[in-house]
Amino acid sequence: MSSQATTAEGEAPQFYELVPHHHAPHGSTQIGFWIYLMSDCLIFASLFAIYGVLGGNFAAGPSPEHLFNLQLVAVSTGALLLSSITYGFAMLDMDEGKKTGTLVWLVITGLLGAVFLGLTLYEFYHMIHEGAVPQRSAFLSAFFVLVGTHALHVTFGILWLVTLLVQISAKGLVPANKIRVQCLSMFWHFLDVIWIGVFTVVYLMGMLR
Amino acid sequence: MTNEFWSFIFGRLTWDVLPIHEPILVVTFIVVVLGGLAVVGALTYFKLWSYLWKEWFTSVDHKKIGIMYMVLGLVMLLRGFADALMMRLQQAIAFNGYEGYLNAHHYDQLFSVHGVIMIFFVAMPLITGFMNYVVPLQIGARDVSFPFLNNFSFWMTAGGAVLVMMSLFIGEFAQTGWLAFPPLSGIEHSPASGVDYYIWALQVAGVGTTLSGVNLIATIIKMRAPGMSLMKMPVFTWTSLCTNVLIVASFPILTAVLTLLALDRYVGTNFFTADFGGSPMMYINLIWIWGHPEVYILILPCFGIFSEVASTFSGKRLFGYTSMVYATVVITVLSYLVWLHHFFTMGSGASVNSFFGITTMIISIPTGAKIFNWLFTMYKGRIRFELPMMWLIAFMLTFTIGGMTGVLLAVPPADFVLHNSLFLVAHFHNVIIGGVLFGIFAGINYWWPKAFGYKLNTYWGKISFWLWNVGFWLAFGPLYVLGLMGVTRRLRTFDDPSLQIWFIIAGIGALVIAAGIAAMLVQFGVSIFGKNKEWDTTGDPWNGRTLEWATSSPPPQYNFAFTPIIHDNDAWADMKARHAQRPTKDFMEIHMPRNTGTGVVLAGLSVVLGFALIWYMWWLAILSFVALIGAAIIHTFNYDRDYYIPVEAIADVENERTRLLSGAR
Repeated sequence: MSSQATTAEGEAPQFYELVPHHHAPHGSTQIGFWIYLMSDCLIFASLFAIYGVLGGNFAAGPSPEHLFNLQLVAVSTGALLLSSITYGFAMLDMDEGKKTGTLVWLVITGLLGAVFLGLTLYEFYHMIHEGAVPQRSAFLSAFFVLVGTHALHVTFGILWLVTLLVQISAKGLVPANKIRVQCLSMFWHFLDVIWIGVFTVVYLMGMLR
Repeated sequence: MTNEFWSFIFGRLTWDVLPIHEPILVVTFIVVVLGGLAVVGALTYFKLWSYLWKEWFTSVDHKKIGIMYMVLGLVMLLRGFADALMMRLQQAIAFNGYEGYLNAHHYDQLFSVHGVIMIFFVAMPLITGFMNYVVPLQIGARDVSFPFLNNFSFWMTAGGAVLVMMSLFIGEFAQTGWLAFPPLSGIEHSPASGVDYYIWALQVAGVGTTLSGVNLIATIIKMRAPGMSLMKMPVFTWTSLCTNVLIVASFPILTAVLTLLALDRYVGTNFFTADFGGSPMMYINLIWIWGHPEVYILILPCFGIFSEVASTFSGKRLFGYTSMVYATVVITVLSYLVWLHHFFTMGSGASVNSFFGITTMIISIPTGAKIFNWLFTMYKGRIRFELPMMWLIAFMLTFTIGGMTGVLLAVPPADFVLHNSLFLVAHFHNVIIGGVLFGIFAGINYWWPKAFGYKLNTYWGKISFWLWNVGFWLAFGPLYVLGLMGVTRRLRTFDDPSLQIWFIIAGIGALVIAAGIAAMLVQFGVSIFGKNKEWDTTGDPWNGRTLEWATSSPPPQYNFAFTPIIHDNDAWADMKARHAQRPTKDFMEIHMPRNTGTGVVLAGLSVVLGFALIWYMWWLAILSFVALIGAAIIHTFNYDRDYYIPVEAIADVENERTRLLSGAR
């Protein structure tokens, strides 16, 4: 009511926007994708909670110190963290409008992601070969699903990255492609953050247990 | 050899899973088929398929998607209510050694599917429908942030409903109750298709719900008209924001926990098994960490509807807008701190139970504040007893009683007595029907003229109102009594004949509610097809206060030819009070999203994927999954997603509105 009183004396307020204000294209995309990532984060939160509760239930089966190879995990962690840096370089090149540079850095990022994925699959293969299958104990169920869900995300990240490579090659760095590169960047760094959690909670704390 | 071939193709789907030995289901099937053929025939005869596909199924217009959500919710309400009637009849007659007319296999599916349908495919679509329809209009936007995603979300929800309906005739539904607790829902105790239908129906629908939550949050944050600061948003938009925050922050937990249950069933992992270190209570904790916020997801938008109704029909501002907003936010946060009250009997000890008992009781404080805000809004108001206002008053009376029985259940020692009893069943129906459903009915009567351009019939609306209210208390009052006498829920037969009279009264109540639903359908029919329509030519039939009433009824595709500028709460009331002039010339072209069929395709493939997984048709599962990913990728190669509505088209629509407005005066 107070605002009515004040404006009644002044000039008539404007109630309609006669000249439309400028809407940045894809103005909501980044925040929307960010909110989606937070929902994804909660899936991981649930899996971490499961691992936290069930991770010690070995059911007389193998435990972390029998299974984990920290050297291998160090290499795969290095590859994934490095891929975040190379993605950053792709973003820098994209901001300067360098199409080739963006593509090259994205390819390197994808390859590093593939290295990470390969090492995870090797680790899974190795464990299953030793009889440490997901069905063996609640600990192994929780381990395979937590690490596997992360690996699945990396797989989809690589699939998305390849799609984007094709799209940037075909259409160039148009605004629609730029926003996609930015979203994938958030996704990629998000997976890094999750992996730091996995690395700490599953591998480091597992070996300390 | 041929046997192996067929089981490769069809998995475990055989002729035996068709319920041809269940006469009730066979008759239902025949009725559904005949009804379905009649609808398909009518659509074909009147050549409506192309219209439906072009104007509705592929539409990215938030208003049309909102209406489709409402239709889905109302259709599923009939299914869910039919299940309720069958249960009421069974419980009313199965006494003195008589087994009733439903065998255990059928009855256990009924109470499971009733809960699942009512929560996921009635209440959720109905509130999502309102949020879709109303929120962009209330914030002065032309659509949601991600219009295609909106269409996709709707079809995923519908896809989940399709899977649940399929379970009626192909195989069976879960017999585990609506939350499918393990170890009962594990593969050992539920080897058939029922729990798998449950899992994949909810997973498919859950994707839609989560994405629609993301969409609406982004919309409310980014698309508000100039001048609409957060504390100038209409209360319904506020409650929608909080509800969608809850959706995004809780549905992923449901997705995760159902995935783990699926892995236990399909792969043989040990998350929720009783051996190899698994923990069934982990499932129950996690699913209620989703499940408790879920009930606030349902009720908060209804609080928003009631707030709009209270101020509109009292002809004054909402009393205590700021406290209403803060109460909503407090409920949003607290809803995450109470989940354990669903299983005080787990045995987590006195301290833990006390904590969750106290947090539960604390929630009644912001909720009580809301009740007082509505009452003070009415106080000294110029109240018009239109249908939405009647539903508000019925809600306040009913919901307060339901809330108080909830506080009673929040006391752990009392809960140990009442846990899993019919008292609990009466309590949650009291708040869900008295709160959510009454809110939805208020909203339907309130916003119908906005959506279709004419008011709903008042006569039949009042008949439905009274039948619902009387029927509700007849149906659930006896359950409170029975619960206090110690009768547990989900029972099929009873030994104590003295209980029967209460179940008969409850059955009569259900029949009265059925008459209330019928009256509501008549109300819709009379309003749609009747001759004396109460047309709304002004776009503002109730003397409304928020921006959705600033445009025509129904609104044009672009909602507002010129974006409104907001100076005060209740923006439209402010504009009317200060005689804002609607611009009638110098229109500009408007940027709008293009329709697309991708949402239908993706959701259709998801249903096929779910069906294949339910029946172990692995080749089809892989094929449909690859097709799903492929279709999604192909969609990203479409860069031509929007267009401009030309000035002439806008001028035509707006000049017609100018003509109607001058004629009305």
